[in-house]
Amino acid sequence: MLKQLNQETFLQGLFRKVPPLILISIAWLVFIIITAIFHKQLMPMDYRTTDLLNRIAPPAFMGGDSKFLLGSDALGRDTLSRLIRSIYTSLTIAFIGSIITAVLGTIVGFIAAHFKGIVDEILMTLVDFQYAMPFMIMALLVLAFFGNNIVLFILLLGIQGWMRFARLARGMALSAQEDGYAVAVKQLGATPFRIYLRHIFPNVSNIIIVQFTLNFPEKIIVETSLSFIGLGIQPPETSLGSMMSYGRNYLMGEWWLAVIPGIVIFLTTLAMSLVGDWVRDNLDPTVVK
Amino acid sequence: MNITYFLTKFARALITMLLVVTFVFVVLRITGDPAQTILPEDTTEEERQEFREMWDLDKPLHVQYLRYWKNLFHGSMGKSYRDKREVSQIMAERLPKTVYLMSLSILLSVIIAIPLGVKAALNRNTFIDRLSMSTAVFGFSMPNFFLGILLILLFSVKLKLLPSSGSDTWKHIILPLITSSVAHIGSYSRFTRSTMLSVMNKPYIRTATATGLSRNSVIYGHALPNAAIPIVTIVGTSIGRIISGSIVIETVFAWPGVGRLLVTSVGSRDMAVVQAIVLFLSISIVTANLAVDILYGFLDPRIRTRKGGK
Amino acid sequence: MDSSSSIIMEVNDLVCHFSIKGQGFLGKRKKLRAVDGISFDVARGKTFGIVGESGCGKSTTAKLVLNMIPPTSGEVVFNGLDMTSLRPSKWRRLRAEMQMMFQDPLGALDPYMTIGKQIKEPLDIHRTGDSNKRKEKVLELLESVGMENYMYDRYPHEISGGQRQRAVLARALILEPQLLVCDEPISALDVSIQAQVVNLLKNIQKERGITYIFISHDLRIVKHICDRVAVMYLGKIVEEADRRELFNNTAHPYTRALISSIPIPDPSLKRETIILPGDPPSPVNLPSGCRFASRCPIVIDKCRESEPPLEDIGNNHKAACYRIGVK
Repeated sequence: MLKQLNQETFLQGLFRKVPPLILISIAWLVFIIITAIFHKQLMPMDYRTTDLLNRIAPPAFMGGDSKFLLGSDALGRDTLSRLIRSIYTSLTIAFIGSIITAVLGTIVGFIAAHFKGIVDEILMTLVDFQYAMPFMIMALLVLAFFGNNIVLFILLLGIQGWMRFARLARGMALSAQEDGYAVAVKQLGATPFRIYLRHIFPNVSNIIIVQFTLNFPEKIIVETSLSFIGLGIQPPETSLGSMMSYGRNYLMGEWWLAVIPGIVIFLTTLAMSLVGDWVRDNLDPTVVK
Repeated sequence: MNITYFLTKFARALITMLLVVTFVFVVLRITGDPAQTILPEDTTEEERQEFREMWDLDKPLHVQYLRYWKNLFHGSMGKSYRDKREVSQIMAERLPKTVYLMSLSILLSVIIAIPLGVKAALNRNTFIDRLSMSTAVFGFSMPNFFLGILLILLFSVKLKLLPSSGSDTWKHIILPLITSSVAHIGSYSRFTRSTMLSVMNKPYIRTATATGLSRNSVIYGHALPNAAIPIVTIVGTSIGRIISGSIVIETVFAWPGVGRLLVTSVGSRDMAVVQAIVLFLSISIVTANLAVDILYGFLDPRIRTRKGGK
Repeated sequence: MDSSSSIIMEVNDLVCHFSIKGQGFLGKRKKLRAVDGISFDVARGKTFGIVGESGCGKSTTAKLVLNMIPPTSGEVVFNGLDMTSLRPSKWRRLRAEMQMMFQDPLGALDPYMTIGKQIKEPLDIHRTGDSNKRKEKVLELLESVGMENYMYDRYPHEISGGQRQRAVLARALILEPQLLVCDEPISALDVSIQAQVVNLLKNIQKERGITYIFISHDLRIVKHICDRVAVMYLGKIVEEADRRELFNNTAHPYTRALISSIPIPDPSLKRETIILPGDPPSPVNLPSGCRFASRCPIVIDKCRESEPPLEDIGNNHKAACYRIGVK
């Protein structure tokens, strides 16, 4: 009885603190993440199985067969299964890419702040260069020369946006060094490694996490864009972008082939951005300067 | 006039260009013999030899590098193997289409976004404020290719009002133009709004209001000129994103510009064309950023009048 | 190592110049003489004070004696060991013997770590004792700096300024150092708390026999806590003497001006306040003669021509002035 009361107040508190739009966004993200994790169990059939007798079946909500809830494509592959598989691919790639970006950028920023002088100058020139050079063009150049494979593609996505992490981490590390607590710990006899790992990193992690939530939707858009123009994920593997690329050829009749994955991309990036903005605006002001 | 300011910016731009050209040079060479990579598979050995001589590929690396620069200055960037023409010639055909689309898109975005942002800042938490903020969030989350497809579905497939591909008539530009502008209208107006808000809170604006100036002369005489500098910067530095966007948008609408050319050339590994486009686009971006810095210098009296070297 | 000597630290002709960049693209580099040749000895178990206006180089001196920044020239000898040429690992080990207390306690504490963990950290770094012993020691020390046990789990922003400075002190003391450098340790605190912290410092010295180098701009506090005082002006020591001698028998006009600016609680007492005209010259463009000449009330031509040396005037009292005895 008492426990139930506590739960109610917790939920009430949650609803009071978090706007409904953010709650809906979180719910959507949870739904998408669960779909990605359990994609194997959730797919009604194999996403590569062709069924030439059931080509271009309309989705069930448009009067189609309930065997294909979201219809099928021109090779008779089940759209729902492909969608689930695509959510898994796109989310995984964006997630690994974002982690690479965060780690790479943070390390570069710390190195620049730690060594200062010429090292700092060189790294910051690279950062400026990266700001001036759109990622898309760099990506296309590299893909043109090295051809496409999934590892290269993920590494390439890992470069997108690293300079923002580098700038943030450098700025935070510099101010921490001047601020005193790093100086204080250093003169206690701590090694640089300890100072960065135990002190500076926990101090900047909040900001890095916020940057991560802002970078993640960008990653999804970049990955789906590249896959959409045919230079990202290659068949038989499928991503939300390549599904749309395929569906684009059937706009005249079977519009849902392109629109369904599009809606999933849009809602996911929208939810991520809303939650990311909200988290940034509501970080505890006493602990983050 | 502050010479040092411009010299610093100019030197930076030059270094960036140097880096870009060198980057392309290095990437081209570490992937193997450019005579193999750039030229198509069915080239004869004589043609390859001719190519090697033209680019000094048999010479030491630094000679190659210098030669590479020399060729760039002469505008000779090799031949496309797909249609056997000079790359510069193909570029001359494709480029105007892209410039046309991009410049109209920037113009449209600025014309809509800045008044929208100013209005939003002056009327906080009203309908117009929410509209501009929603457009920003929408533009940020909506992949431009999906927006393009939705527009095609509505205006070309359903209403049959506008063509979905090509560039022959004025009607062809409407959908690509809307698609590429939405995201920028969102980000520009959000930025204008926040800049205006912070400027409106500055003491000199409150002083101007307190002296009895009319609301309009405070806004247009004092606040907007001060807000203009960051706004110009954000528009200038978004050139890179606009170019990235145009690559996708030109693909969606089969718009025959350099973006689409780049995608098809990457797909078919037409290296001479890829190299030329990448160089060209990067240099345009660097130039645009330099132009912003210089304009910034003219707009900001503190930079304009500060003596060099002080 | 000679740890029984009565001198714990010897500073010999210490110089620290910073190279600062002029404005602009090709701005000329200029030399800022933060510390420009100072020497002094610190007696074991005593408090050595360094006073001066802001920008006179006293904080730089603090960093130099702890070897947190490298000097341009000169040496700092700690217990017979020259500290200016230590390898990083050796330097880190030596931290157990010399510690620092900072001006801004909030800045010196990591906002993301509890007070207890931060006080414990030096023990973790220097691997002293096991984890139970470490915590025990922290609690013990919290008590001796006048903090309650529950502060162990608090974060820096959750406690008051005075408590923070006590925590910084506890962290500096936990390794039982022989020397503690206090750089303006109380100037960021409320006046009401300043006296508490100063008394705490005095008690700790009595209990542990620790040596302090106490840096401050406030002669009142220096008078209260220091045994010997050096007065700095623009990177140089202009006067150095035992406390009583310095206040009763002031030799240098600058010291006299500083002392005269101390407010006296008794309004009936009349005293002449010496007001110095102008600001100190920039440490980038120093005049050729005495650094104080431009503001000195008793300046003569000789002062502008050559710099007076720091000379013993008897009674273990040193001063750098040509006009000693002139009021």
